[in-house]
Amino acid sequence: MMLSEADIGAIWLTLRLATTVTILLLVIGTPIAWWLAKTQSWMKGPIAAIVALPLVLPPTVLGFYLLIAMGPNGFIGELTQSLGLGTLPFTFWGLVVASIIYSMPFVVQPLQNAMEAIGQRPLEVAATLRAGPIDRFFSIVLPLAKPGFITASILGFAHTVGEFGVILMIGGNIPDETRVVSVQVYDHVESLEYAQAHSLSALLVIFSFVVLLALYWSQRKNSATSIGVMK
Amino acid sequence: MPANDNNDIQVSFKLVDKNQRAFLDVNSSIPATGITAIYGHSGSGKTSLLRCIAGLEKADQGKLLVKGETWQDDSLFLATHKRPIGYVFQEASLFPHLTARKNLAYATKRAIKRANKRADSPASSELYNRVIEVMGIDGILDNYPSQLSGGERQRIAIARALLIQPRLLLMDEPLAALDHQRKQEILPYLERLHTSFDIPILYVSHSMDEVARLADHILVLDQGKIIAEGELTQVFSRIDLPQRLEQESGVILHGKVIEKDQQWQLMRIAFAQGEIWLPDSGEAVKQAVRIRILAKDVSLALNNHDDMSIVNRIEVKVAEIKSDTDNAMALVRLTMGEDYLVAKLTKKSTHHLQLKVGMTIWAQIKSVAIVR
Repeated sequence: MMLSEADIGAIWLTLRLATTVTILLLVIGTPIAWWLAKTQSWMKGPIAAIVALPLVLPPTVLGFYLLIAMGPNGFIGELTQSLGLGTLPFTFWGLVVASIIYSMPFVVQPLQNAMEAIGQRPLEVAATLRAGPIDRFFSIVLPLAKPGFITASILGFAHTVGEFGVILMIGGNIPDETRVVSVQVYDHVESLEYAQAHSLSALLVIFSFVVLLALYWSQRKNSATSIGVMK
Repeated sequence: MPANDNNDIQVSFKLVDKNQRAFLDVNSSIPATGITAIYGHSGSGKTSLLRCIAGLEKADQGKLLVKGETWQDDSLFLATHKRPIGYVFQEASLFPHLTARKNLAYATKRAIKRANKRADSPASSELYNRVIEVMGIDGILDNYPSQLSGGERQRIAIARALLIQPRLLLMDEPLAALDHQRKQEILPYLERLHTSFDIPILYVSHSMDEVARLADHILVLDQGKIIAEGELTQVFSRIDLPQRLEQESGVILHGKVIEKDQQWQLMRIAFAQGEIWLPDSGEAVKQAVRIRILAKDVSLALNNHDDMSIVNRIEVKVAEIKSDTDNAMALVRLTMGEDYLVAKLTKKSTHHLQLKVGMTIWAQIKSVAIVR
């Protein structure tokens, strides 16, 4: 393999970004998914549509608006500045915020599907066994939605690794700060370093294949046992 | 029943659909002892009533007092997890991600937490062992629900509902999802439940057989309204009900085996007044039995004839005569001491015998079923 130090740096940065984003997305996405799965409110449609927007928007459009929002005069920028954090564009945490929004549907939708599949009955049963709402969530919803959490984690992680457009708009191309693998490949190609581009690209292809394979295997195993089927 | 008895369950619920039509409108006082059957056809509102009592359904207008304790009124609605109930659902409702043992532990853990008792307190483990024994589930505790039969799953579910140490056990057609053989397998456990644990049970069912076998009291629902309620034998002897329920008329009698005839393989059952002979079905002498006599198996005679094949003849008094659904037939309610019999005969026969309320005549019983 012909991986330069810069390549290794890009790989580490990508892994760090994807891990951070996945963990934060599980924390943020779980209540959103639970709300979407349970609510009867008219807000359900609009909120679900907003969550799903990144699926259809060009990354440049999303990146453009995020850039403005996070800039010195945007509402996110004003918030971060008032907290003494400066502005987010062209920083690692800027990428984290952008990636969370960009990968949100890949985490929220599998969670929501898994939670909806549980149905009302197990929760009613738990209530008649003296389990309060929080107890019910941790003792029933989380374990029964486990396949959804596995799918959501894998998709959220993989999708963040595969980002390019939003990163370029928000993060630019700063070594060890915002230059992730996809940007590094782009750089190699730009400067006609096809050999290095090959190494990194092949690595990403293999990674993506393994991830998707793991996903399909985990889904097959789970559908054979118990996705929310009360026996 | 007195209005403010502390040993009853006062229910008053009204549920309306989208068109503001009431599909449940009940107001009653249910005794908080023994098994009370909530009987009716599907769509009669019996499951809705049970769900209201459990707090799983919130009635627009509701009032619920259990043994003097308010669970729901205009200003209060106790959430399901705060009501001291056990609930057995129609289809087995075990948590699929837990073994049978852990399903039980789910209840035990929370019951102990509520009662602030230690897990290893003698009272808890004594109850645990007794529930396991009565339900006969010792050998299947380490299986996952998917590895159990429907009957086994339902027994675990009943055990789990008992282990939460409810003050009121609600059962929503616990046998309806099972085939005939599984039903027969579980019924004895339900009877033992009745005798082993002193918990009042509300038992929703549309099966007259189950009700006849298990219940002490009955509440009959039709189109969301109570059309009869009271002691089982009393309600069964009413001759105006079967038409509305499209059920075969018949009475339930409590009796006791008092004698066995080895030669003819018969046993003699005594009621408060009167007695009958039955084929010996293995009951012990002195054992209490519950017997169902269908109206079509009872015929009437003015005199006691012994020159006929029917062995069981009891002296009774005519209490009420009424047309049956079928225009040619009549139902006759008869008193036998404190008990009742119902006979079904043609109107022609009632005319021929010149039956009148208050007459003393002879009831001939062709066939009898022991339900317990």
